[in-house]
Amino acid sequence: MRCRCKPFIEAVIAMPLVLPPSVLGFYLLVALAPDSPVGKLIKELFGVELVFSFPGLVVASILYSMPFMVQPLQRGFEATPKNIIEASFLAGKGWLQTLIFVILPNMKGSLLNALIITFAHTIGEFGVVLIVGGSIPEKTKVASIAIYEYVEMLDFTSAHIYSAIMVAMSFLVLLVVYAKNAHKHL
Amino acid sequence: MQKMRINIYKELRHFSLEVALRIEEGEFIAIRGRSGSGKTTLLRVIAGLEEARGVIEIGNRRWLEDRKALPPQKREVGFVFQEYALFPNMSVLQNLLYVKKDLGFALHLLKLVDLLEHKNSFPHQLSGGQQQRAALARAYMRRPKVMLLDEPLSSLDPATRGYLQTKIKELHQAFGTITLMVSHDVAEIYRLSSRVVEIEQGKVVQEYGAKEIGKRHQLHKAEVVEIDEKSIVVAFMGDIFRLPRKGSHKVGDIVEVEIKELQLV
Repeated sequence: MRCRCKPFIEAVIAMPLVLPPSVLGFYLLVALAPDSPVGKLIKELFGVELVFSFPGLVVASILYSMPFMVQPLQRGFEATPKNIIEASFLAGKGWLQTLIFVILPNMKGSLLNALIITFAHTIGEFGVVLIVGGSIPEKTKVASIAIYEYVEMLDFTSAHIYSAIMVAMSFLVLLVVYAKNAHKHL
Repeated sequence: MQKMRINIYKELRHFSLEVALRIEEGEFIAIRGRSGSGKTTLLRVIAGLEEARGVIEIGNRRWLEDRKALPPQKREVGFVFQEYALFPNMSVLQNLLYVKKDLGFALHLLKLVDLLEHKNSFPHQLSGGQQQRAALARAYMRRPKVMLLDEPLSSLDPATRGYLQTKIKELHQAFGTITLMVSHDVAEIYRLSSRVVEIEQGKVVQEYGAKEIGKRHQLHKAEVVEIDEKSIVVAFMGDIFRLPRKGSHKVGDIVEVEIKELQLV
């Protein structure tokens, strides 16, 4: 990709890495509010309200976790040897076929890494989901917020249970990623 | 069977590539020149992998007309890269079938390059020579009008190289495809091609029959193994020779030597 706007797009996608989640959450809340133009448009097109709702949580998480997905994919794509892409063109195949049958299968590792890390990062998110979701029980309350609320109520037993699950899950996810990478480098 | 006409112009970093060639039906042309002289770029322009201006015409079909270029997908070229470029996620047979779903032809080609028993192997399970044979068979799958070989044998050992030369020759005889091969190897050029085109700084400087290459080619590559004040010692063709020192060298350098100035040590 030689587009001049590439650094700009990269900077925008990487923003959630450095931005406090509350800032992103706040802007999303403002942007997606039912009386905002974007909120109105989404309501009209899809019939959903994104603020304080589960679909809103999903949208906010996608935006927040974007860099964790995009960056490994970009690295995987850039690591694909140029000549196998050209060999596919010379075999008479277009971009889409080359992407599906040559590029993606050859960056399976990066794809899997991206999926696992993004998943792990998303389940641990706090600030954005609290602001956009509002922590409504049975609807938008997620584990990380529940822990915070149990600690506030001094219910340490419940906080311990939730936290232990989160620790175990995060450890397992990272273990899978590192074990897979170690295997690859053997 | 068709003739080919190439007349192209492309600005490169330090010089421009300006090549005009007429190629007869089924001709096998060797392209020689120092590294960086534009040989690979010429093949890539013919394949449509790089832009250029001018004309590339095969039969009555124009692949390039001024700046209007057909994409590589529509050019019916076969291209064999130096580093094989097989699809790592596909078996040898799948590599061929990806180009064209013609099982009979794929098996026929694999038989021609002696790879039938490895048809289900993946590239990483094959030796360099086997991978290059698979790449060669794959390049013929589209029944190309022009075959482009970019130093296809340079990363193989001499014995494998000889065997691959035989395969390239057999395939060329079987299909009669116009072939352009970038090569530095005098033996390879002598064995395979009918005409040699020498390129320097993007321009054709000489053209001659391949059988004349022995007369034209006076310089040979040798490796410096020892240096003293007046002479250098080189390893060449399995022997050690001494010759007068002309410039500054260091051990491990590859120098060009003339046979007549070599003295056996």
